[in-house]
Amino acid sequence: MRDTADVVLRLDAITKRFGKLIANDAISLSLRRGEVVALLGENGAGKTTLMNILFGQYTADSGTVEVFGRVLPPGNSRAALDAGVGMVHQHFTLADNMTVKENISLGAQPLFALSMKNSEITKKIKKISDDFNLKVDLEARVANLTVGERQRVEILKALYRDVKILILDEPTAVLTPQETDDLFATLRLAIANGLSIVFISHKLHEVMAISDRVSVLRHGKLVAEVDTADTDKEALATLMMGTGAVAPDIAVATPGRDLFSIKNVSTPNIGSIPGLKRVSLNLKAGQIVGLAGVSGNGQAALADLVAGLCTPAEGTIEHHGDPVKNWSARDAVNKGIARIPEDRHKTGTIADFSLTENAILECYNSDDFSKSGWMYWKKARAFAVDIIDKYDVRCPGPDTRIRLLSGGNMQKLILGRVLEAAPDIVLANQPVRGLDIGAVNYVHSQLLAARDRGAAVLLISEDLDEIMRLSDVIHVISGGRLSPEFLRGTKSPSELGGWMAGQGFDEQVTHAS
Amino acid sequence: MEIVDILISASFWAAVIRIATPLILATMGELICERAGVLNLGIEGIMVAGAFAGWMAVYSGTGLWMGVAVAMVVGMLFGLLHAALTVPFGLSQHVVGLGVTLLATSSTYFAYRLALPQVTSPPKIAAFQAYEIPILSDIPVLGQALFSQTPFTYLAFALVAATGIMLYRTPLGLAVRAAGESPAAVAAQGLSVTGIRMGAVIVGSGFMAMGGAFLTMSAFDSFFFEMVNGRGWVAIALVVFGSWKPGKALLGAVLFAGFDALQIRVQQTSLGADIPYQIFLMTPYILSIVALILVSRRAQVPAALMIPFNKGER
Repeated sequence: MRDTADVVLRLDAITKRFGKLIANDAISLSLRRGEVVALLGENGAGKTTLMNILFGQYTADSGTVEVFGRVLPPGNSRAALDAGVGMVHQHFTLADNMTVKENISLGAQPLFALSMKNSEITKKIKKISDDFNLKVDLEARVANLTVGERQRVEILKALYRDVKILILDEPTAVLTPQETDDLFATLRLAIANGLSIVFISHKLHEVMAISDRVSVLRHGKLVAEVDTADTDKEALATLMMGTGAVAPDIAVATPGRDLFSIKNVSTPNIGSIPGLKRVSLNLKAGQIVGLAGVSGNGQAALADLVAGLCTPAEGTIEHHGDPVKNWSARDAVNKGIARIPEDRHKTGTIADFSLTENAILECYNSDDFSKSGWMYWKKARAFAVDIIDKYDVRCPGPDTRIRLLSGGNMQKLILGRVLEAAPDIVLANQPVRGLDIGAVNYVHSQLLAARDRGAAVLLISEDLDEIMRLSDVIHVISGGRLSPEFLRGTKSPSELGGWMAGQGFDEQVTHAS
Repeated sequence: MEIVDILISASFWAAVIRIATPLILATMGELICERAGVLNLGIEGIMVAGAFAGWMAVYSGTGLWMGVAVAMVVGMLFGLLHAALTVPFGLSQHVVGLGVTLLATSSTYFAYRLALPQVTSPPKIAAFQAYEIPILSDIPVLGQALFSQTPFTYLAFALVAATGIMLYRTPLGLAVRAAGESPAAVAAQGLSVTGIRMGAVIVGSGFMAMGGAFLTMSAFDSFFFEMVNGRGWVAIALVVFGSWKPGKALLGAVLFAGFDALQIRVQQTSLGADIPYQIFLMTPYILSIVALILVSRRAQVPAALMIPFNKGER
């Protein structure tokens, strides 16, 4: 038994329900001074909910949070901050149009102070950024920062408040491998300075690398607490997923002819998001092409281009070898391009429409479902029922509003909607973001099945592990530029990370010229 | 040539500042609300209520400054109503705002009828008198325009400076701006988005009511129906024109007032004899629309304007 006097944070039997879903079921957890506890679990296991309760953003139905031996009042972020708890959210809580300094000093002084102590603020931030190796331009607008820099601002924000306990929610989800290394260096400095850390992740190698102890959550329950030294990745994977969740096997692909080609295409920049810069890309039959990169580097432009939502400013598009003129969304649908959009809530579905209506969104005007201006709702409903059965969409029925479905089931309906037509080109943009492991495996196996029957699949993801596992060919996108193609297994994660950070592109240009 | 004569006359510029004052007050009020993320369409009605309340208070025997305070408090009460519905309850800011305008306007007219059931023409009060600031008012043209106004006008200009300092130089202003840009960031720093937004709407509404009160207590000395006459809506456009910045908004208010003062005078020149007067009445609005198009395309809208914030929502 280790000394319990050193416990800085104790969660006691925290329970939180959202409607019927029990997000946290009597979870207890403790954190000692100077250690890193990893909170491991799949998407939807309840990690973020638990930390939001700790940080006062949700109120627990029962259970208490104790910091340095004192119980925190529930639902009060200020109390958590004052007690020394800082949180770096997965979705950054920064005001884009304000400067780094403004974001950090917000709320750190009494509201009704007559003036800001500008030079003192600057001095304190500078000291912290030196001590913890967090370099960032204080006067820069947050909107102009990279994702890695924004995360540094988030960490600075917490450290500025002199927190003693730092909670990081999926901090590496959006980072390149190199940025992750920098983050870990910062966290080790923090530990050396006497902080304690809760590190939330579902990535096993990171958990093994940074943590002292691991707490594993599954379906809202705490299933295990182990010392990192006494365990390994395989054991943790089993604890995290339970048994029965098996990732699909991947056979070797046999690529066929070019189905969709983009040649030297450029698109205009949209705000601070770069457009494509002379990008060429071939999608071949029976092959999954993975597009790796940190979000906001032109993935959206490329996805929109394939989906027909934007047209090239220069360059050409070829479909089955024929040049395409007047490329449009309607054209893309008619040519049988299956589109799985990045944001299933905003662009993939219409939240208050029924499953039936959502199922026929892209084909409502085909002869199957309407003629001379009249809808055939019976056929549409039968189509929806068919998808629900085949793709195992768990729902009360085809007339349910789709907003009531979980993310995984929503995605299954979208999959069914586009794959039922046996498309030969599939655009899968972040297809498993936010899904639990079962749904992830299901989506992946459907994409592999599409590939194996001869479809060309373009997989866009921020998750390098997913890209490396599924893709037969990998391209990296950075600043709107596309790397050359790398065959499966020819590049290590850190090499790809270098490309993601923008290295290698310039040499490529010199070689070409 | 007659227009040149108008433009160099001190009385013209004095009129510009006088016409601008209620717009300046109302625009600052709206700007504070919108900077915190709340569009306050109650502005037109709140100005009507403020115009009546200030005037009525003075008519009932209070001092002039007490009248201004009464107007402000009445405005803040309507602001409280607006804020309570739009911030904690997160109702549509458009619907609530228009509702507050209708409620404030009609209840004002109702109160007027209750208070003065018999009168056909409303009574006059002893309004604010011009106060010539020594030395400064002796500057040619400019002195007459800027430094021979009523104290109410000086107060309006002081409030612009105060608003600017508050927004950009104090922790409170930082929090207000952040509430309009990213309420999630405000909440994550342990501040109350609800408190900040409600406070901004209430104070902003107080400013709007003062803008209305200027009409009955300084520009004129009596209360008429329809006297606010769309100034609230103009103020909303001026906030956009000013890119949500107090200084630029002040400039916009002066510019609009300039067009307005000019058209009144041009009507009386030889041009006015040939052209229907309605054309002149239109010009400030048309020129403002043109200016709005030219200036505000690059305007930086508060990112969370009109987006309700609910803590703990999934």
